[in-house]
Amino acid sequence: MIEVEHLVKSYGTNLALDDVSFSVGEREILGLLGPNGAGKSTAMNIMTGYLSANAGTVRIDGKDILEEPGEAKKRIGFLPETPPLYGDMRVEEYLRFVYDLKQCTYNREAHIEEICRVTRISDARRRIVKNLSTGYRQRLGIAQALIGNPGVLVLDEPTVGLDPKQIIEVRNLIRTLGREHTVILSSHILSEVQAVCDRVVILDQGKVLCDERTDSISRTIQQNARIRVSICGPGREVVETLRGLPNVISAAATGDREKDSFSYFVESAPGTDVRKDVFFAMAQQNWPVVGMEEEGYSLEDVFLKLTDAGNITGKKRKK
Amino acid sequence: MFAIYKREMRTYFTTPAGYIFMAIFLCAAGFIFSLTTLQEQSTDVSLYFQVLMIAYIVLIPLLTMRSFAEEKRNKTEQLLLTAPVSLWSLVLAKFLAAFTLFLGTVAVSSLFFVTLGMYGDPNWGRILGCTIGMILIGVCFIAIGMFLSSLTDNQFTAAVTTIGVLCGLVVLAMLNGILDSYVLRLVLDWISIYSRYTNFTMGIFDFSSAVYYLSMCGVFLFLTVRVYEKRRFS
Repeated sequence: MIEVEHLVKSYGTNLALDDVSFSVGEREILGLLGPNGAGKSTAMNIMTGYLSANAGTVRIDGKDILEEPGEAKKRIGFLPETPPLYGDMRVEEYLRFVYDLKQCTYNREAHIEEICRVTRISDARRRIVKNLSTGYRQRLGIAQALIGNPGVLVLDEPTVGLDPKQIIEVRNLIRTLGREHTVILSSHILSEVQAVCDRVVILDQGKVLCDERTDSISRTIQQNARIRVSICGPGREVVETLRGLPNVISAAATGDREKDSFSYFVESAPGTDVRKDVFFAMAQQNWPVVGMEEEGYSLEDVFLKLTDAGNITGKKRKK
Repeated sequence: MFAIYKREMRTYFTTPAGYIFMAIFLCAAGFIFSLTTLQEQSTDVSLYFQVLMIAYIVLIPLLTMRSFAEEKRNKTEQLLLTAPVSLWSLVLAKFLAAFTLFLGTVAVSSLFFVTLGMYGDPNWGRILGCTIGMILIGVCFIAIGMFLSSLTDNQFTAAVTTIGVLCGLVVLAMLNGILDSYVLRLVLDWISIYSRYTNFTMGIFDFSSAVYYLSMCGVFLFLTVRVYEKRRFS
C-alpha cells in the first residue's frame, strides 16, 4: 500500500532522514517509533507530500507522491501533530469544507454523518471548533483525515496532549480504523506502539534501526534472561551473594522496597534459569525470598538497546 | 479551488477581518471624497483617486496580511498542502477571494459618484478610467501583499512589510522627479506603479499599463507559489 524507498532529507547541514526505506501492507498498522528529532514527522510529512525529499521515492498504492501528487494525496488521510483545524468554523462546516477540498464524490451529508459516528463526535457537530476540548479536537483531526475514505491514514503523534481516558479512546479508535485502512502512526510512547501496532519501525537520527513485528521485536536482539526477586536481607550482602551465583551476569537493587524486603534484578546468561539457585542461596543465608518473577523485555528495553547500545541493567522496567 | 475560495470568503464575513477592511476603506474613501470634491465643489475626481491610491498603502495590507500568515501560524496550511489541490489553485483561490472583497468595496464606494451626477456634470469617462486604473493597482497590491504574507507566520509582520514595500514604490515614483540621469529616470518611470496610472486619470484606457499591472500581479502570485515550492524542498 505504501512503499518508502531510500528517503534522504536534510535541513541545511542536519541530516533528518538517511536512506530510510520501509513498506506497509494493506490494513496493517505500522508504528514509527523514535525519540524527538529522530525523523518521524519528517518522514510522515514527505509521505503526505507536505515536504519533498532530497532523494528517494514514496509510492501510495503505486502512485508516486511527486509525479502524481493529486492521485497519491487522494489516497491519504493525514493528521499532523497539531490537528489542522479552523477555530472559527462549526464542526460540521469544517468537515464539509474538507469534503469539498478533497473533491469527494460520496453523498456528502451521509459520509460526514458516518465519519462523525465512527469518531464519536456526532454530539459536537454544531459546536464551534475553538470551543472543543483537546480530546474532541484530536478526534475531529482524525475525522478530517477519514474524509474521502482514504486507503492510508497517516497519524502523527495522535495521542499527544490527551488525558489517559482519551488516550485509551483514541487507541481503540485507531485499532478499529486498522480493520479498514492502512494506518501509519508515529509515537515516542513505547507502550502506545506496543498496544496498537502490528509492526514497528524504529528510527533514530534519521536511520531505520529496526523493522519488525511488534510481538517478535524483543527477539531481534540477543538478550539475557532476567528475573526480579524480592528478598528480606541486608542489601549489600544480598547483592554480593547473588553476583556470586553461577551463570549470573549482574545483580542490582531496583530501588523498590516493601516493608522489610528489597527488590533486585538478576541477569543471567541467555538460556539459563537461576531461580532455584537464587532460592537455595538465600535460604542458606536465612534471607527469606518473598517474591520472584521473570522479567520480559519491553519495547522500551529493545528501543534503548538499539538506540543507545543501552545499559539496561538496574533500570526499573516492568512488562 | 472553489472550496478554498468559499472558505476565504466565509472567513472575511464570520470574523472581523472583512468588516474592518470595508469599514476603514469606505470611511477613508468617503473622507477623501468629501474633501477633494464636495468641499471643493468640483466634479474633477482625479485628486480623489490620487489620494485614495496613497490610502491603499494602508488599506490593502488589512486585506492580505492574514491570507497565508494565519494558515502558517495555526498550522492549517498542512491540511491545504496535503490535499489533492495544486499550489496554483491554493494561491489563486486566496487571491480571488481577496480580490472579490476588494472589488465589492470599490463598487460600494463608487456610489459616491452618483451624488456628483445628481448635482453636477462629471466626466464619466475619466471616472471610469480612474476606477479601472485603481482596480488594476489594487490587484497588483493584493498580489504583493499576499506574497509578503506567505513569507511570515505573523500577520503584523506581513502588514508592516507590505506597507513598507508599497511605500517604497511611492518613493520610487518621487525619486523620478529629482534624478538627473535620463536613463535612470526612464527605467524608474517604466517600473513605477504610480507613474503608469497617469493615463487612466485622463480617461484613457492605457492597454500597456493594464498589461503591466496584470503582469506584476502574475509575477507576485508566481513568487508566492515558489515560496511554497521552495519551502517544501528546504
